[in-house]
Amino acid sequence: MSETTHPEADALIAHLQERFPGAVQPSPAPFTGLIVAREHLVDVATHLRDELGYRYLASVTGVDYPQGMDGLAPRFEVVYHLCQASGAPLTLHVHASREDPAVPSLAPLFPSAVVQEREAWDLLGIRFEGHPDLRRILLWEGFDGHPLRKDWHEVYYEEDHKPFESRYPAGEPVQAESRTPLGNNLRYPEGWSFEDWRPMVDVWGYQAHDAVAQEDNPDFPLERVVLNMGPHHPSTHGVLRLLVTLEGETIRRLEPVVGFLHRCHDKIGERNTWLGNMPYTDRLDYVCSMSNNLGYAIAVEKLLGVEVPPRAEYIRVIMAEFTRFMNHIIDIGFTGNDLGIYFTAMLMGMEERELILDLFERVSGSRMMCNYMRFGGVAHDMDEEAVALARELAFERLPRAVDKVDAYFTDNEIFRARSVGVGVLPPEMAVAYGCTGPLLRGSGVPYDLRRADPYSVYDQFDFDVVVGQNGDVYDRYLVRLGEMRQSLRILQQALDRLPDGPVMAGKKQALVKVPAGESYGRIEAPKGELAYYVVSDGGTNPYRYHVRAPSFVNLGVLGEICKGHLIGDVVIILASVDITLGEVDR
Amino acid sequence: MYIGWGFLKSFGVTARRFIESYVDDLKWFLKGGFGKRYTPEALAVRQRPSTARGIFVVQYPAERLPLPERYRGFPFLVYDEDPARPRCTACGMCARVCPPQCIWIVRASDPATGKPLREPAQFHIDISICMSCGLCAEFCPFGAIKMGHDYEIAVFERQTSLLWNRERLLRPVSYHAQIHPTAYAEEAAKAQKDE
Repeated sequence: MSETTHPEADALIAHLQERFPGAVQPSPAPFTGLIVAREHLVDVATHLRDELGYRYLASVTGVDYPQGMDGLAPRFEVVYHLCQASGAPLTLHVHASREDPAVPSLAPLFPSAVVQEREAWDLLGIRFEGHPDLRRILLWEGFDGHPLRKDWHEVYYEEDHKPFESRYPAGEPVQAESRTPLGNNLRYPEGWSFEDWRPMVDVWGYQAHDAVAQEDNPDFPLERVVLNMGPHHPSTHGVLRLLVTLEGETIRRLEPVVGFLHRCHDKIGERNTWLGNMPYTDRLDYVCSMSNNLGYAIAVEKLLGVEVPPRAEYIRVIMAEFTRFMNHIIDIGFTGNDLGIYFTAMLMGMEERELILDLFERVSGSRMMCNYMRFGGVAHDMDEEAVALARELAFERLPRAVDKVDAYFTDNEIFRARSVGVGVLPPEMAVAYGCTGPLLRGSGVPYDLRRADPYSVYDQFDFDVVVGQNGDVYDRYLVRLGEMRQSLRILQQALDRLPDGPVMAGKKQALVKVPAGESYGRIEAPKGELAYYVVSDGGTNPYRYHVRAPSFVNLGVLGEICKGHLIGDVVIILASVDITLGEVDR
Repeated sequence: MYIGWGFLKSFGVTARRFIESYVDDLKWFLKGGFGKRYTPEALAVRQRPSTARGIFVVQYPAERLPLPERYRGFPFLVYDEDPARPRCTACGMCARVCPPQCIWIVRASDPATGKPLREPAQFHIDISICMSCGLCAEFCPFGAIKMGHDYEIAVFERQTSLLWNRERLLRPVSYHAQIHPTAYAEEAAKAQKDE
């Protein structure tokens, strides 16, 4: 089961060991991939990128092992997932001491590491040496400690793992709110006070402004101003703040400030039971809860080694593709909204979404928080009526909807005037920044996980990977439009061939025990690569649960693609990147 | 050269949709005998993917959409005949599987011998943190907890009223049969087969 048993992986390890003596060793079972010595990380990564084609750094995260595991010393571990143009990712583990965790930063090599290393620093306190801008990203400066460390406890700490014995069965029933009263639930770092506090991000914003203000025109620096967009701006699709340095109306610098919706999803995930995480994944990208369910189910099934029955796989694909359709039509609608078409375009999307949500509600019991997938299948079967509704949608209704969107948008001169040539993302930059989904394919890179690293039953369907050419807002729109058509193709095939049979492998289990090991389950979510990195110590709760959110990583490139454009274009560039703040902030 | 054509067309779309939504509403208003526009017959057409046209506004709370059978509201406890004897055996499965840990059960004990009984003395659900995920109903081994169809649970204070006790949670099995007809029929068929 471990990746290191593959002949290719063995050859790779042998090659790296020959090239970098003493730097690389295979991870001991049940872990997968390689352990790379800290000093050699940058060399090995450079070699992997330049010589072996691992050009896309999918995910960077950390794990805390205070007790050590399976004979290895207590440590912090940084886990990298590197990908080639196709195939499974290569996992690199780098160990750091528990007292002063520091590893060299990969941000100069892979810009996609910039935001992800900041997140690992923020939540785990691992220093990345050589990182250009190592600040907290999701939490604020007045937050005490690094919450994903195993010895960090929140103010109203109860227990490490659910089910909490403290809530069952002795004592008196207490309402959640009186268990965690307001007013006493904050803890500041030592020596920190509100009076002296000036948000670092603002200092940064003004410093950058000062710097760029003087570089061009030292005599008249007031030409440039810093503008705050959000966090309550209606076009930011949620609580997102953009710090913009402007010269006239032209953007010179832009930085997204995120974390307003942060609830430490990863820590909640470690407390929950394996199954208990499933409804929480719905709340990540709340537009696409079915896809989130699917990604998590796949990650855990890899560890469990269960075989999903064919009917369940088909139902999963059907749900995931309806979700993709829904996400894209809503995003195109929002783009229209941000362009000033007001609600016509968005309501066109909403109309179709409403019908898809009716189907989801009928099948899963909830419109948006579906909680539908289980390890080894799905929670409920699709009854005949639901299949009939799905067929009506996939064969009649939605194809007409795509044609309508196509007819109204594609040749509309206002839409084209605003979107052609705006927010251009060159393909090299897209790969370097770890962009995935329509954002990447709009730049002409045909990387779609359904093809590149097939999961579920996607290898059984006939569909095309849609790519753009120019990487601008208009091409991203075209990619979404094309993907909607491809989704319908997949849906039509899946509904025609929907097999009979059970929808669960074996009996549903409430408290699943997952064999020890790590797994990186990734899917092509509507917004890009959604991956769950889970580590199990063999218990009923995840040891580590990390979400590699596509919106979060894609947002890292926003500053680059907005540069040089007008302030009015920021909203449509943002709409074309397509983010959901529930997923960005986690 | 068609400068202005897309502009005109987009306004045409807006205008057409504006008019269409009223025409459709008016049609069903007349068909429904100048009464409700969202009768089951109307909804069968207006909500069906192949026949739906436009978006409609339901005049809540005067009118409501019907809920699908699997709709997950909030949990309720099922009793067969006597509210004093619910199906629940206080095994605690629901409390263990509940992700936000909002279920709190005390097992009853025999007053004479002190032996634990197979029924709950107390059963509380903190509805203020219940996330309506439905895992409790899915994993209850006795079919004693089901997801209800209530969604209007607003109260004027939040300190005590949102902690639902056993009395508040109990519903007769007829209610379950009424809101979950298919599931109830399946359960009944299965019970008959087991006998």
